[in-house]
Amino acid sequence: MSSITRRRALGVAAGAAGAVTALAQAGPAAASAPRAAAPAADPDPASFDEVYQGRRIQGGPARGGGHHGGHHAGGYTVTIDGRELHVMRNADGTWISVINHYEPVATPRELARAAVRELQGAPLVPLTLG
Amino acid sequence: MTVRKNQATLTADEKRRFVAALLELKRSGRYDTFVTTHNAFIMSDTDDGDRVGHRSPSFLPWHRRFLIEFEEALKSVDATVTLPYWDWTADRTPRSSLWAPDFLGGTGRARDGQVTDGPFARTGGRWPIAVRVDGRDYLRRDLGAGGRQLPTRAEVDSVLAVETYDTAPWNSASDGFRNHLEGWRGVNLHNRVHVWVGGQMATGVSPNDPVFWLHHAFVDKLWADWQARHPRSAYLPAAGTRNVVDLHDTMRPWNDVTPADMLDHTPHYTFDTAA
Repeated sequence: MSSITRRRALGVAAGAAGAVTALAQAGPAAASAPRAAAPAADPDPASFDEVYQGRRIQGGPARGGGHHGGHHAGGYTVTIDGRELHVMRNADGTWISVINHYEPVATPRELARAAVRELQGAPLVPLTLG
Repeated sequence: MTVRKNQATLTADEKRRFVAALLELKRSGRYDTFVTTHNAFIMSDTDDGDRVGHRSPSFLPWHRRFLIEFEEALKSVDATVTLPYWDWTADRTPRSSLWAPDFLGGTGRARDGQVTDGPFARTGGRWPIAVRVDGRDYLRRDLGAGGRQLPTRAEVDSVLAVETYDTAPWNSASDGFRNHLEGWRGVNLHNRVHVWVGGQMATGVSPNDPVFWLHHAFVDKLWADWQARHPRSAYLPAAGTRNVVDLHDTMRPWNDVTPADMLDHTPHYTFDTAA
């Protein structure tokens, strides 16, 4: 199977372009809010590099690793303390990760912060099969 | 005959046998193969690429097949065991008997999310989390964190009222019954329950928590309930759809089963209620 390094930042344009709203309604309230209230994400999210709750989180366009070909040319990579967080972009422009898989958020930065909170200090590891 | 029962009605003996079968599958290593399979699909199912297990029309038949296989594994340990379902519209608090020490155990502690009671607690040593995406090797939960609420019966009914099974673009942006049940759109049923439980249930390796099976058994039942309400609504799409499992296409990883094969659950099991 694919490893966690398999980046999946989906550049699906449907619905995202032209529907940008800055109203980021993420966090706990979003879980029970109707999906219609979820934020439409920036079609071209900014890079970031910050320390959040003691963890260094970084995000930006995937550098030319070469193992993804052109299919996901809009690729975007998120790391926590230098280790890759497997992320995916939904068709509506929102984001999920392998740590917060069932709860989309508006931006990759928000996704990284959510993962840091969930990790409670634990390191990310490449998928461990026991 | 396999009858899937509401977990709230299980006898103490039925709970004991179900838990014992889970622990045996874990001990033998068979349990973790299901976790690995699920995560492989979580990571590879994409909105603009090939998608089979999630965010696509075959979400329901894929998980039905996945649960049947798991139920068969349980029965190979103890022939009397079947998959219970968790009706989260009814048993909707961390005080439910579902989370008691004689069944699945309760929520995790604040410091590290660790489940500390019941058969799957780290202290028992019988439920190591081997298939994982972070360094933590113990079962975690955070039931109802942040004041989140489980879906209500009224919300379920609103989704069961949707007549069309699924719609283009056949992914997380679709309208229709499947996606409203899966939860990427609308009131959000299935996804929200994963988040409500928290811990591993909120991640790609969600089957690490045994409640995964009880949750999906109920999602599966809701599909059957929907079929009973809409006998003229068919599985969609029918044919010729790129990246998506049509009615008569086979599903990975089995490659010998189609959505059409999974439309009728009754050759495999029935529910304890008239569906």
